[in-house]
Amino acid sequence: MGRIRRWLPAAVAVLATVTVVLTAPEDGHAGSTARDVLGERQLRLMAPASPGGGWDQTTREMQESLRELVGRTEVYNVSGAGGTIGLSQFVRYDGDPSQLMATGLIMVGAVVANESRYSLEDTTPLVRLTTDYQVIVVPADSELTDLAGVSAAMSADLPAVSISGGSAGGAEHILAGLMAKAAGADPAQVSYVAHSGGGEMLSTLLSGRSTIAISGVSEIAPQIEAGTVRALAVSSPSRLDSLPDVPTMREAGMDVELQNWRGVVAPRGITAEQEQALEDLLVDMTETDAWRSALAERGWGEATLAGEEFERFVRDEQERVSQVLAEIGLG
Amino acid sequence: MDSFGLLMDGFAAAVTPEHLLWALIGVTIGTAVGVLPGVGPALTVALLLPITFRLDPANALIMFAGIYYGGMYGGSTTAILLNTPGESASMITTLEGNKMARAGRAAAALATAAIGSFVAATIGTVALTFLAPVVADFATSFGPPEYVALMAVAFVTVSALLGRSLLKGVASLLVGVTIGLIGIDTQTGQPRLTFGIDSLLDGVDVVIVVIALFALSEAFGHLLTGTGHTTVAPLRERAVLSRSDLRRSWPAWLRGTALGFPIGSLPAGGAEVPTFLSYATEKKLSKHPEEFGHGAIEGVAGPEAANNAAAAGVLVPLLTIGLPTSATAAVILTAFQSYGLQPGPQLFSESGPLVWTLIASLYIGNVMLLLLNLPLAKVWARLLTIPSYGLYAGVLVFATLGTFAAGGTAVDLLVLAALGLLGLLMRLGGIPVAPAVVGLILGPIAEEQLRRALTLSEGDPSILFSGGITIVLWVVVALALIGSLALPALRRRAATRDRG
Repeated sequence: MGRIRRWLPAAVAVLATVTVVLTAPEDGHAGSTARDVLGERQLRLMAPASPGGGWDQTTREMQESLRELVGRTEVYNVSGAGGTIGLSQFVRYDGDPSQLMATGLIMVGAVVANESRYSLEDTTPLVRLTTDYQVIVVPADSELTDLAGVSAAMSADLPAVSISGGSAGGAEHILAGLMAKAAGADPAQVSYVAHSGGGEMLSTLLSGRSTIAISGVSEIAPQIEAGTVRALAVSSPSRLDSLPDVPTMREAGMDVELQNWRGVVAPRGITAEQEQALEDLLVDMTETDAWRSALAERGWGEATLAGEEFERFVRDEQERVSQVLAEIGLG
Repeated sequence: MDSFGLLMDGFAAAVTPEHLLWALIGVTIGTAVGVLPGVGPALTVALLLPITFRLDPANALIMFAGIYYGGMYGGSTTAILLNTPGESASMITTLEGNKMARAGRAAAALATAAIGSFVAATIGTVALTFLAPVVADFATSFGPPEYVALMAVAFVTVSALLGRSLLKGVASLLVGVTIGLIGIDTQTGQPRLTFGIDSLLDGVDVVIVVIALFALSEAFGHLLTGTGHTTVAPLRERAVLSRSDLRRSWPAWLRGTALGFPIGSLPAGGAEVPTFLSYATEKKLSKHPEEFGHGAIEGVAGPEAANNAAAAGVLVPLLTIGLPTSATAAVILTAFQSYGLQPGPQLFSESGPLVWTLIASLYIGNVMLLLLNLPLAKVWARLLTIPSYGLYAGVLVFATLGTFAAGGTAVDLLVLAALGLLGLLMRLGGIPVAPAVVGLILGPIAEEQLRRALTLSEGDPSILFSGGITIVLWVVVALALIGSLALPALRRRAATRDRG
């Protein structure tokens, strides 16, 4: 044991040196790759939510898919407040290209709703990766049979239509506001019952006391399949493969579309070259087999968007979300 | 094939040397993380998840189940010995368990906790095997109004925890409720009592409050009074559990299980609420009520059984409706999904064999935990022969490490230290700390569900009394109030009449 302990540091040092020397010449080609940018640092991914949630799943799938491209990466969770707590810690890594964070629509909403000091403006958006759509459901014994009925009920007496969904200011709350607006009612009057997770929302819906509920498709698919809830419409631009019989909200006569997108940002202050290298790496990642099978398994839609286009997309989302939340009376 | 036949197939699949090895690894890791305050099973499973992708699904799920049950066991060990609950569900165990330990009965407390956990987890697993669909129906009939009534029941039972002075007990309760208000209001998204500190937006973790109020304040207290060199005799009797201990323990185990399993299966029930209810029940029913507060064995046996039965209960909504009701359950759900299993109404028909293997491995994990913990009870108890300064130095290290692991920022440590000082002040003022934790756990649930209920009814309070379950629960509240207010008065009157 003593001998091993004496030899170990030396062995590790030799091994590390050999690795560095052997890998260095490979990096000589034009443009810089993620490896140049990272140097000897390990990539660290922050999931700004607790274990088990959407961002946690995203980062852990990324960790798996990035293994063949950059080797080991570290994933850690900073949970709470729609990701704004994670964001407030992330902005401290100014200029460090080895730090990445998952983000998405929910964080854009939480930044507004919680009046967070920091926003995605304080980061460098890299890529959009996935999208999840929302589905409007009612209990199996509900009198409402289609979205037109919901729309009519909402325009007749908005507060009487209680809507269960996820956290205040989250994707479901935003969609509830958009629906009220489309039905010609005042979004500030929405009876929105917030829940900290899809599970809790389901329990309120199944107890039969909530008129409708809004949920991510993957979370509620088993219930739809089992017939405990009925799906009225999905928030996607076209019908989903997983729910081919459910119309889109547009088809059902409500001019609303919403995608719960998720993506990745780097800290502000990294160089354009570093940004490009990281974007290339993440786009390469979306083409790995591991990532493809993750998308299929989780039921996520592929939504890869990088560079200037993604930055424009983030700005548009920030604007649209702030407007809706202001109308609901948040932020 | 019926459930029993399927379960036997499950056993046949689970009892292979390989599976048993994974179960052993799981329960050992679980016990270890349960002992460490702050590091819970949820974090552990999340960390292990990427490593286990290459494992056979059955092996990985068996290990996770072991970690899950093991965490519940481990949490009680530190609660009894060090007055430091490893999990918030072990908080109630400290009340009588630590008193027993200080009276030289540490091994008895550990043994009744271990056997009670085994009995409860076994009955819970049996109930999970045969009653899961029925219990799931019951659980999904709970909406916001039902939860409001359930929380009212829980609040009424708090009187059993308040200690000698009603005023001091209520003050402590309100301290807890106030800490519970910190963070983002779930219904409107507005920050409350956060004073512009980002780390407070998500509220203060219950585990941090428990560690601070129990462990830190104790350590600070020793520092203040200079009693760090004292030790207690850990073992006064030869037998671990005497015949009378056993006679007093077993009804408490069964009652704790009966409370823990159904409440654990509720989507917002949790493992803590049944421990409060169990403690209150035992105190009411005990033939030795005078021992409560000085180390009554029922006060350890009941709540320990309750929290383990609740752990089994949590699996009911997870497996039958795909509803994760705790952080650990959410992570296990992720694990299920990464193996292509979709928990929900179709789970049993679509991936039956694997589910039955998992359930069978829960039984096996239970037996392993008992074999691991019972012989160790005497060994653990000898920890108390270490002088307090040594023990509490260790507790402080683990408390800080655990807090940092859970939160990850220096602010969490400051909150921990500040709450530790608050705990010290409360201790000096003779204010019990347990009601604060009760308020912290019940307050936010009660508030959130009340507001949800009123949003659903557009502000009409009659929704709170709608439905059969709510009415039954409110009747329980009324009976409990009448019982605690009227009975002593009647007894007093009877006493004066006898004298007159």
